Amino acid sequence: MKMSDIKNIFDIAGRGMSAQMLRLNTVASNLANARSVASSEAEAYRAIKPVFSTLYADDLEKSGVASVDVVDIVSVDRQPDKIYQPGHPKADEDGYIYMAAVDAEEEMVEMLEASRQYENNVEVVSTLRGLMMRTISMGK
Amino acid sequence: MKSIQEHLQFHSEALALRSQRNEILASNIANAATPNFKAKDLKFDEMMQAKLGLGEIQTTDERHFTVASGPLDEGIGFRQNITPSKDGNTVELHVEQMQFSENVMRYQTSLEFLNRKIAGLRSAIKGE
Repeated sequence: MKMSDIKNIFDIAGRGMSAQMLRLNTVASNLANARSVASSEAEAYRAIKPVFSTLYADDLEKSGVASVDVVDIVSVDRQPDKIYQPGHPKADEDGYIYMAAVDAEEEMVEMLEASRQYENNVEVVSTLRGLMMRTISMGK
Repeated sequence: MKSIQEHLQFHSEALALRSQRNEILASNIANAATPNFKAKDLKFDEMMQAKLGLGEIQTTDERHFTVASGPLDEGIGFRQNITPSKDGNTVELHVEQMQFSENVMRYQTSLEFLNRKIAGLRSAIKGE
């Protein structure tokens, strides 16, 4: 993604929407794996989070026009829960299984926030598109 | 021709500035979740005055060079935020949304003024 790619409101809000959509996708992955079980600590699923960074439209960051870019997706550094369940097919030799390190409540909050911010971007685009249409028909 | 331009100048400048401000506010809204992003805004009154040539060196002869008013980028500043957040982001969504809706409303007002002025010119030309 280059900074020169941001030219107008559709680029700004479009990038913002794809960033929020990616965030929603990570939430979906995390929730889908929330109850998954592994037989060692290293194998256990850990929640993934996107890293957002500002993408300015100009080198000097002076115009105030900027959009969002997802620069990385990282796994959170969190210990999976170790549960003693010797009867489980995935249990290790000591009888322990490892639950995915996902906090379902945290993911739900993240989902609400991301979808609200996605909606905000949609709202901005539809408002400004209406203004543009009215401007085009100026003087008629 | 020049008088028509002057007739429409104020609101067309205002419209351009409002549109620029809309893009900046949209950038703030798009970056509502970006760590360390600093919300910006356009100083509308200052930039409007610069565009209309108030406070600028006036020329008295057409052979004089006109001095361009200050670079437009200087009219953009950081927003002072009310409740700072821990990730260094200074976007407050409610503030941005209010500013955005106000700016859209004022854009429409300028547009309406322009429309009325054009309608007035038209009826003067047609002699109705």
